[in-house]
Amino acid sequence: MSRLTQAVVLLLFGGAILRASVTDLYLRYVKEGLRPFLIVAGLLLVAAAVMTLWQSLRAGEAEEEHDAGHDHGHSHAHEPRIGWLLILPVLGLLLVAPPALGSFAAGKSGSVSATPVSDSDYPALPAGDPAPVSLLDYASRALFDEGKSLTGRNVRLTGFVTPAPDGSPMLARIVLSCCAADGRPIKLGLTGQVPQEVAADTWIEVVGVYSTQRGKDPVNEVDVAYLEVKTWQEIDQPKQPYA
Amino acid sequence: MSQNRLGEEIDWTPPAPPPPASPPPAAPPRTRRIGSLEVLAALLVLLVIFRGWLGGLVDGERLQTWTTVFVSVLVQAVPFLVFGVALSAVIAVFVPRSFWAKALPRHPALAVPAAGLAGVILPGCECGSVPIAGSLIRRGVTPAAALAFLLAAPAINPIVLAATAVAFPGKPEMVVARGVASLIVAVAMGWLWLRIGKPEWIRLPHRPDVDGESKAHAFWAAVRHDVMHAGGYLVLGAAAAATINVVVPASWLQRLAENPILSVLALAVLAVLLSICSEADAFVAASLSQFSLTSRLVFLVVGPMVDLKLIAMQTGVFGRRFVVRFAPTTFVAAILVGTAAGLVLL
Repeated sequence: MSRLTQAVVLLLFGGAILRASVTDLYLRYVKEGLRPFLIVAGLLLVAAAVMTLWQSLRAGEAEEEHDAGHDHGHSHAHEPRIGWLLILPVLGLLLVAPPALGSFAAGKSGSVSATPVSDSDYPALPAGDPAPVSLLDYASRALFDEGKSLTGRNVRLTGFVTPAPDGSPMLARIVLSCCAADGRPIKLGLTGQVPQEVAADTWIEVVGVYSTQRGKDPVNEVDVAYLEVKTWQEIDQPKQPYA
Repeated sequence: MSQNRLGEEIDWTPPAPPPPASPPPAAPPRTRRIGSLEVLAALLVLLVIFRGWLGGLVDGERLQTWTTVFVSVLVQAVPFLVFGVALSAVIAVFVPRSFWAKALPRHPALAVPAAGLAGVILPGCECGSVPIAGSLIRRGVTPAAALAFLLAAPAINPIVLAATAVAFPGKPEMVVARGVASLIVAVAMGWLWLRIGKPEWIRLPHRPDVDGESKAHAFWAAVRHDVMHAGGYLVLGAAAAATINVVVPASWLQRLAENPILSVLALAVLAVLLSICSEADAFVAASLSQFSLTSRLVFLVVGPMVDLKLIAMQTGVFGRRFVVRFAPTTFVAAILVGTAAGLVLL
């Protein structure tokens, strides 16, 4: 790979990272906090590309190709070739831009186990009727507090539909700690006005009340809380798809 | 020019008078050859033409999830890779060789733990420390110390330990055990290298000889080289990790968790296969709640030291002969020390 080619690959790679981080595309893959680092890294890559371009144009390329053709008796011959692989992430980010993790990933791994709040009572739900609650918060309140802080309130949750092994729809959201590679689902069972005939991966907003029903995620034997659905509606995927 | 021993290997510093502003022609001795730039241009044109078809190809759920995980491992790693590469270029260009002789204890056996502890102050995950360790060796640091740094830095830096504390609330002993076990493995591997390691196992790829060149030129040349090189191997590792992520069903793990010995081995292997960033692995370990604490500690000790992504990157930076010896040894050492620390501390 000549120096000029490397410059173009670097430019594409840095450009793809920059484009993903100034739009909301990056939110499909990593957490929001990484954005400034992605922008700086993208700028550094573009700067490296521009400097390489400038240097190689100044130095002339003929010498370069000729030089790279020599095998110095080292494993160095394969060195430039591995760089070709950097085209793949460029392809992935600029042309394919795969969607955020959804139902397939949620069905494959076991639900996150909600953790009890340590040593104190649960704070009151946020104001509003229905009160907005995250899936993780709801599961924790339902499983470890017997729903005390949920009783008598309407709650509103946002997630996507994923089928349980028996085919009944569950509400799920993927929890990220770093990037989509460590994404794990939090799942809630649904009773009451269960959304029927909704395709997996459809994003819905559900309003409902606490249900005492419990289940187990068959994948990892973790307790799963249930929600009694009153109403639900389809929505667009939120800007921040992960919890 | 005093230290120009690597000078014969200069790869891209053409000192010959260049024909000004010549377009990229085929070099005179190989006129028939199509240059890499032409290949790239053709490739890009084809990709743009077939972009609709390509997008349609990534349609099946499994392939789509694979692509998402692949891209996200890369996006997550890119800042760390780029900053690590930039730092290693700074080491190569701006830190004089004499600095390392002064900064580290003269005796190699003492330099190893000193370098391991130096990892504590360097935040970042493993993608960054591979090029940095390569740069240290190039600058005359004894390989044993550089390897101790390579193993310790991603595992015991403050960000990673803080993440571990957050992931295991109410279990500070997990943080202590992780830090202690990782440092022991790193130092032990450094000392082992002093005893049985052979310099010829390590084959660093060329980089420009930076002495006697303009500093800015040398800096960007080093950055470009390391991004192309370590980045290429990172792509390989990310692809492998994504494949494992999509292919291995979580229910297999359930059955392994019940046996104490099998669970340690299973999580050690899983740490290698999943190749999660050391800043995130504590959260994954926390979610593997069906496994014993000791086996999850082993997961946290092995992961930042040996995984598919690292093996690929180390092959690029240190060479194959090095990795086939270093990675399995580190793997065994990490399991043994991790288990022992788990039995004593947890």
